[in-house]
Amino acid sequence: MSDLMTQLQGSLMMLGNSNVQVYLLKGTAFTLGISLITILISVFIGALLALARNYCTSGPSRLVRRFSIIYIELFRNTPLMLWVFAGFVLCPAPTFSKAFATALGFTSVASVKTLFKAIVSLTLFTSAVMAEIIRGGLNAVPMGQFEAARSQGFGMARTMGFIVLPQAFRHIVPTMLSQMITTIKDSSYMSGLVTIELMGCTKLLISKANSYNGTWVDRFDRGTIHVTDVFVLFGAAFLIYFIINFSLSCAVRAIKNRKTRPAA
Amino acid sequence: MGTIFDASCWAIVWKYRATFVNGFLNTLLTAAAGLVLALVLGVVIGLCSTGEKKFLRILARIYVEFFQNTPVILQVCFLYYALAYSGVRVSVVTVGIISLGVYTGAYMAEVIRAGITAIPTGQFDAALSQGFDRLQTMRLIILPQTVKIILPPMVNQMANLIKNTSCLFIIGGADLIATTYNFVTGESTGGAYGPAYLVGGLLFFCMCYPLSLMASKWEAHLKQKSVQTNDDKKEVTA
Repeated sequence: MSDLMTQLQGSLMMLGNSNVQVYLLKGTAFTLGISLITILISVFIGALLALARNYCTSGPSRLVRRFSIIYIELFRNTPLMLWVFAGFVLCPAPTFSKAFATALGFTSVASVKTLFKAIVSLTLFTSAVMAEIIRGGLNAVPMGQFEAARSQGFGMARTMGFIVLPQAFRHIVPTMLSQMITTIKDSSYMSGLVTIELMGCTKLLISKANSYNGTWVDRFDRGTIHVTDVFVLFGAAFLIYFIINFSLSCAVRAIKNRKTRPAA
Repeated sequence: MGTIFDASCWAIVWKYRATFVNGFLNTLLTAAAGLVLALVLGVVIGLCSTGEKKFLRILARIYVEFFQNTPVILQVCFLYYALAYSGVRVSVVTVGIISLGVYTGAYMAEVIRAGITAIPTGQFDAALSQGFDRLQTMRLIILPQTVKIILPPMVNQMANLIKNTSCLFIIGGADLIATTYNFVTGESTGGAYGPAYLVGGLLFFCMCYPLSLMASKWEAHLKQKSVQTNDDKKEVTA
């Protein structure tokens, strides 16, 4: 029993180590950064896909509609992991300059490439989900709005941009925030291939826990990884993810409640 | 090399087709067993969260919030590492079934809770007045009525469960994604990127698309029905 206590003490000591702290913080920052950029781009692509699927119903534009349907259904019905593989194996990445990498706070150009590919693969996947969310919002806009816009001389593009899309987005703010939670969780899929976000960093820390938990003696006795290390490090990761996502889901609930409350 | 237009790559994929079938079956097995666990947990937790005991309601809330707000990969990894470092030997598939079942259970619980709260309270009162106890009320009166409401989101969760089996890859799993990856990077089979990913993706699509199609059809059907009944009501009041 006292054995386990000393092990636990060693594991908890790791959280005080500045190297471990930096890793966890960096991971958290990347998780948030990747998710935020992904969501922003996905909203844009998703809006285009949703508009195409809903309104390109006549003439040759039906081809665009076909494409957007295939895209959405394909990505919604295959696992993200597959697209992470595809992104990292097949996706071409531009060669970033060394100056650009250092400006972002990276030491190597390769990690900028990793970040780029991570965002691309996550965006490919998320924009399909986002398209369906936005379509839900578009369908909630009453037909009368379209007719009213036309009667006022608005063209198709301006009807969408000034009248329909703003209303649609107002409907789906809570759903989009929920998607942010999902995307933060989804970004952990990157840890299967690369170490960049929180989950990957946690995995890396576990594999190196013997050099942080006080059991490392010298290069002939490299110490051991205890089960308490797993609990402490994963516990920290659980806590970070939970705090971020729980506050987001509280925000979702607050917005939903405000909306369902009858207007005063 | 490695593109989908390379016949020799397709030949390798065909030669080792048993690998893909194996991965496909493992994914199905994990998903099916996980689904059973998720349904059991979902019903129990869903009932707890709509029950009268405050303690159980809080417990159910904690369960749902914890599992919905942390990544499933982290949960899978945690279970696997915790067991491995405490010296317990369990197969990857077992770890997958447990962690995916528990994760999906949280979503199922929310679906079932939403279904139960959608049933008018008059139904509960009527059951009580007829002498049903709480469990009987749920089993015989409330749950059968929720089925129609909860079926579409539940089927969606099933599709998600199938897709989530891919996270077993992280712990060196035997699922379809892991076998595809091992195939692509394997020594004797490596290089056939395009065809291998295409086959893997297609198999997933074949599992998930019918489910999501079914879900959206049912949902549309339900919506139409509720619109109709609302119209009926309007006519009656008019």
